Amino acid sequence: MSEVAGNSETHGTNDNAAPGKGHAVSFRGGGFTPQSQPWIGFFVFVVLIVLAEWGTRTGWISALTLPRPSDVLQTFQELYESGLLFRHLGPSLSRLWVGAAIGVSIGISVGVLIGLFSYIRSGLVPVVAAIFPIPKIALLPLFVIWFGIGEGSKYALIAFGTFTPTVVATYGAVDNVDRTLIRMGQSFGLSWWSIIRKIVLPGAMPGILSGLRISLAIAIILLVAAEMLGAEYGIGAYILEAGSLYDLERLFAGVVILSLLGVLVSACIGLIERRLLSWRT
Amino acid sequence: MDIRLNNISHSYDDFEVMRDISLEISSGEIVCIVGPSGCGKSTLLRFIGGLERPSQGTVLQLGAPPKGCLNPLTYIFQDFALLPWRSVSGNVSLVLEDHGIKGAEAQKIIDDVLARTKLSDFAKALPKQLSGGMKQRVAIARALAVNPAVMLMDEPLSALDAQTRELLMDDLVDLWTRQPFTAVYVTHNLAEAVRLGHRIVVLSRRPGQIREVVEIDKPLDEREFGDATLERAQKHLWQLMRDEARAADAELIHV
Repeated sequence: MSEVAGNSETHGTNDNAAPGKGHAVSFRGGGFTPQSQPWIGFFVFVVLIVLAEWGTRTGWISALTLPRPSDVLQTFQELYESGLLFRHLGPSLSRLWVGAAIGVSIGISVGVLIGLFSYIRSGLVPVVAAIFPIPKIALLPLFVIWFGIGEGSKYALIAFGTFTPTVVATYGAVDNVDRTLIRMGQSFGLSWWSIIRKIVLPGAMPGILSGLRISLAIAIILLVAAEMLGAEYGIGAYILEAGSLYDLERLFAGVVILSLLGVLVSACIGLIERRLLSWRT
Repeated sequence: MDIRLNNISHSYDDFEVMRDISLEISSGEIVCIVGPSGCGKSTLLRFIGGLERPSQGTVLQLGAPPKGCLNPLTYIFQDFALLPWRSVSGNVSLVLEDHGIKGAEAQKIIDDVLARTKLSDFAKALPKQLSGGMKQRVAIARALAVNPAVMLMDEPLSALDAQTRELLMDDLVDLWTRQPFTAVYVTHNLAEAVRLGHRIVVLSRRPGQIREVVEIDKPLDEREFGDATLERAQKHLWQLMRDEARAADAELIHV
């Protein structure tokens, strides 16, 4: 600190500064440009797991507070060897896939309509705002009455949960499509449908895909809720069963599966983004 | 095909932007429209191409567009308006697809217009890889692809640096000399106007009215950088506009 003060004094008085001998301009730019370092994330995971393992082994963390990671791994292995893993994973993935596909496709269509038409926008934006904050789990009994205790209510719950964030992301993305491109399309006599297909949808794609990240994470969250009622198999059912028995190893094994699913989905969207959005600067 | 503007007036609510503009654009000539900022020159261009409607007056097409013309009134925009997700040839084919021109037939047109704008080597490049001047040449190629009767150019060179602007002006003169096209060329740059315009329409500040129409007889391909006739014309235009521009600059923006 004192050195800095001394420097500025030299500057001010200019007595001691030898002519022709300046001092280097101090660097003050840089920063604010975070870059992804893939191995750091992996490293953080490893540190956390090693810490938990070490804590539980030394007794620093009691077995009731946190299950030992190696035990969770063993449970996971048992689950895999007994073949139960895929009996749970299969139905869950199909629920996730069907529910999210319904929710996302309706969400994108409604979002585009809201983005394009004043009346639909004025009519539906408040409705979407009203249903967005409803905890969809609370509506599970209603869905059971409407769609039955079988797969229908599970699809509906996941579809409903992914619908609202998709709508909001999509109409925001459509709003952000460069209007000069649309005017260009009109000025060349492109049909309405061509403008939607070739200008609006590709232009909205970055926003839609980043909305998809959120929607699909919500779909995974809702999977557990959807399997609360009348599901024999499924990751959600497995977690809930383990939870009610306070079987923390199995609970954690289930949670880890959901986490991995989330990472996988996010990686898939990253892949799609890199393929579809390579035109971005 | 000629264009006639009949007593065009325009106002937003009770804010008058344009008053009683009548003008005729005959085929094969380039008409430049200059005026201080906010005089409605870009709005006037949007009226001519049907992207906006004037409050009063009409824009007429006189005669039929020439044969093989896909889009009679075709714009070239200041900010290029290229689809960033399509390659150079994709951007050109965009405007052909809706006319049912696909495959080999489309490729023939694309090759031809890219050759005319010296872009043949860049057919597969994405807009983000191109410089500003190249982007505008792609936009010109796209406009040529639909074989327009009238080109509506909205400050096409304003987003480019001075050197690129000179080069593109030469390109435009070349294009016109090889095959004369009709164009309405809006600009605030008087050097562009005297270089490219057969007639130069000077608009007053808001509400925009025609102050004077300056004709330059010298053929386009004989006009050169620093030409004395052009300098004189440019000086004359600047004298017409100077006070208007100053007054326009001092105005508050109401919109």
